[in-house]
Amino acid sequence: MLPELGLFALILALLLAALQAFFGIAGPALGRDRWLAALPMAVAGQAVMVATAVGCLVAAFVGNDFSVRYVAENSNTALPLFYRVTALWGAHEGSLLLWILLLALWTVAVAASATRLPPRFAARVLGVLGLISAGFLLFTLATSNPFLRLDPAAPDGRDLNPILQDPGLAVHPPILYTGYVGFAVAFAFACAAMIEGRMDQQWARWTRPWTTLAWAFLTCGIALGSFWAYYELGWGGYWFWDPVENASFMPWLAGTALIHSLAVTDKRGLFKSWTLLLAILAFSLSMLGTFLVRSGVLVSVHSFAADPSRGIFILGFLILTIGSALTLYAWRAPLLKSGAGFEFTAREAFLLFNNLLLVTAAATVFAGTLAPLIADTLGLGTLSVGPPYFNPTFMVSMLPLLALLPVGVHAAWKRGHLGEKARLLLYTLAAALVLACGFVFGLYRGGRVLTVIGLTLGIWIIASSLIEPLQRWRRGLSLSRAVLGMSVAHIGIGLLAIALTTVQSYTTERDVALAPGGSSAVGGYEFRLEQLQPVEGANFSGVQATVTVLRNGQAVAVMNPQKRRFWVQQQVTSETSIRMLRGANVLIALGDDLGQGRWSLRIQIRPLVSLIWLAALVMAIGAVLAAADRRYRTARAAAGAPLPAAAQEVA
Amino acid sequence: MTPTRRRRLYLVLGILAGASLAAALAFSAFRKDVTFFHTPSEIAAGKVQSGQSFRLGGMVKTGSFARAPGSIESHFVVTDFAHEVPVSYAKVLPDLFREGAGVVAHGHMDARGTFVADEVLAKHDEKYMPPAVARSLQHGEARTGLKSGGS
Repeated sequence: MLPELGLFALILALLLAALQAFFGIAGPALGRDRWLAALPMAVAGQAVMVATAVGCLVAAFVGNDFSVRYVAENSNTALPLFYRVTALWGAHEGSLLLWILLLALWTVAVAASATRLPPRFAARVLGVLGLISAGFLLFTLATSNPFLRLDPAAPDGRDLNPILQDPGLAVHPPILYTGYVGFAVAFAFACAAMIEGRMDQQWARWTRPWTTLAWAFLTCGIALGSFWAYYELGWGGYWFWDPVENASFMPWLAGTALIHSLAVTDKRGLFKSWTLLLAILAFSLSMLGTFLVRSGVLVSVHSFAADPSRGIFILGFLILTIGSALTLYAWRAPLLKSGAGFEFTAREAFLLFNNLLLVTAAATVFAGTLAPLIADTLGLGTLSVGPPYFNPTFMVSMLPLLALLPVGVHAAWKRGHLGEKARLLLYTLAAALVLACGFVFGLYRGGRVLTVIGLTLGIWIIASSLIEPLQRWRRGLSLSRAVLGMSVAHIGIGLLAIALTTVQSYTTERDVALAPGGSSAVGGYEFRLEQLQPVEGANFSGVQATVTVLRNGQAVAVMNPQKRRFWVQQQVTSETSIRMLRGANVLIALGDDLGQGRWSLRIQIRPLVSLIWLAALVMAIGAVLAAADRRYRTARAAAGAPLPAAAQEVA
Repeated sequence: MTPTRRRRLYLVLGILAGASLAAALAFSAFRKDVTFFHTPSEIAAGKVQSGQSFRLGGMVKTGSFARAPGSIESHFVVTDFAHEVPVSYAKVLPDLFREGAGVVAHGHMDARGTFVADEVLAKHDEKYMPPAVARSLQHGEARTGLKSGGS
C-alpha cells in the first residue's frame, strides 16, 4: 500500500505546486491580494506531500519491498541499512525525487523569511518556484515514476551499483543538488524582479545570501564528487573534465560570477541587467547539468543507463524555462536603469573583468563539453574533448582572474585609488615570488615557469586577503562577517591555486607488477608487497594486499589496498589505500592477478592533493560567513515594515 | 556622444575584443587538442594515420584477452562486430574492464597495426555501449546483410 500512497502524495504535490504557481503569479498580476494568503499553505502542503513520497520510498527500501521496480533494481537484502537508505538517490528516478524534495525545502525556507519581503514580490518569487517544482513533478510522474510495481515481485533485488556503496558518494548527491536547486531561488528572485519591472539595491540585498548559500553547497558538492572519484574509482585522479563533472562546474562558474555581480548591484546599483542574466544563466546551467547527466546524450565515463524520452522531456522543459526567462528579460530589462558610471581602476571595473573571465571560462567549458554532441549531430565525426583542450583554455581565463584578485579586492568603489595599500600589495607580491621560488627550487629542485607563476599567485592571494582583516584588527575596528567571509573565501582560492599547481607539477605515478616479497622504488619510497589475503564483507568477497612503504630503508607505513567482488552484480571494485606522508598523498590501488603469483599495483604520489578539497571547504565556510552578515537581516527587517504593498505597485 | 555613452562604447568594444581573443584561443586549442574518436571500422577504412593519437571505442572481443603470465602488459581485441583492432596496454586495467563489455582506449597505432593504449576506460554501467559502436554495429549488420544477399 505504501508505494501507492507515495504516488498519491506526489500527485497531490503536483496539484499544490500548480496552485502555488497560479496564486503566486496571477494573484499579484490581477490585484487579488487575498489569493496570496493561500501561498504559505500551498508551500507547506507541497513540502509535506513530497516528504511523504520520499518517506514511502525509503520505507520500501528499508523493508526490502522488491515488488517496487526501483527498489528491486537498486537494492538487495544483503545491502547494509545505511546504503539501503542512500540507494534512494542511486539512480535516476530517486535522484529526481531528491531534487524535488530539496526544491520544496528551499521554497519553505524562502516562504518562512518572506514575511520580511514586500508581499507581492514574495508571492511572485514563490509563484516562480512553484512553476519550476510543477515542471519537475510532472517530469517525474510522466517519465520516471519511482513507485512502479513489479509483477510478480522480484525474489531479491539487483543491488545498488557497488561503486555507489561508499559514504562519500552517499552524501555527495544531496549536497550537490542542494547547490543546484539553490540557484532556483536566485532565478525566482530575478524573474520576480523582471515581472515587477523593478530592481533596486534592496533586491540585491535580498538575493545575495540565498545565492551565496547555494554556491557554498555547490562548492562542497563538487569537492565531494572529486574526492570520491579520487579514492573510489581507483584511477587516483581528482578531476577528469568529464561531461558529468563539467555539468556541475559550469553552474559553479556562472554562480561565482553572479555572486560578484550581485555585490556591485548591491553596493553601487550597477550591472543590473547583467546580474539578472547571470541569475538566469546559473540556473539554466544547473538544469542543463541535469539534462546532460540524465539524458545520456554525451559519451561520459559516469553515464548510467539512460532513456531518450526523458532527455526530450528535460530538453523541452529546459527550452521552455530558459526561453520564457529570456523573453521576460528582453521585454523587461530595458526598464531597469543603472546608476552612475565608474572609473577603469575602480573596484567595479575589476569585478567586471572577474565576471567576463568567469563567463569566458564557463563558455570554454561549455564549448568543450558540447562540441562532441554538436560535431556528431552535424556529421563532422566523433570527437572526444579532454584535458589537452580544457587545461590550457581554462588556464587562459583563470590566470588573469587570479592575478587581478588581490588588486581588485583593495581597489576603492567608484574611484579606484589603492592609497597606502599599493605599496603593501607590491611587498606581498615580492614576498610571494620569493616564497614560490624557494618552494620550487629549494624543496622540489626545479620546476616550470608556470609552476612558479601558479604558486606566486596563490601565495599572493592569501597574503593580500589577510591585509584588510589584520589592519582592522590592529586598529581595533570591527570586522563585518561579509568582509571576513570574503577574505576567507579568497584564501580558499589561494590555497586551491597552490594545491592545483603543486599536484599538476609534481605527481609521480607508476603501474608495477610485484610478487609477494618483491619491491619497487617510486618517488623516493620503496614499496614492498608483503602478502595477499582473502577478505569477506557483508555483500562481497575479495583480496587484500599488505604493502610496506619504506623510506631510506625504514618502514614508514603499511597499506592495505583491496580488490572486491560484489556477489549480486558480480562487479569488481578497487578499494584504494591512501596514506598521507610528508604532505603528499600516497595511493595504492590493487590491480589484477597477473599469474605466477604476481599482481599489478598502481602507485601514485600526489603532493598536496588533499589541500584541493580543504581549499573548497575553506571557500564554502567563507561563503556561509558572508551570507550570515548582519546587514542582510536588518535590511530585510527594515524592508518589511515601512513599505506598504501599494507603494510597490507604483513601478 | 555624451561622455557616458562614449565610455560605454569603449567598454563594449573592449569586451568584444576580449571575447574574440578568447574565442580565437579556444578555436586554436580545439584544432590542436581535440582527440578524435574512431571505431575499428573507421580504422579499417584508413581514416587514421599511424602515430596520430586518438580514442578507440568498441567492445572487448570475447575470448581475446591474453597476458603473458606474470607480465603487466595485456593484449585484447576491440571490435565493432564489423572490424577488429588488436590492442596492447601496459598499465593496470580498470575494474569494469571485461570481455564483451564496452571500452574506450586512448593511444596510437603502431607500424604493425596494433593499437598501443596509454589509457583504458571502461564504463560504470555493464549495459553501456559507446553510441558510435552501437551505430556502426547497425551499419555492420546492414552491410553484411547486403553482402550475403548479393553473393
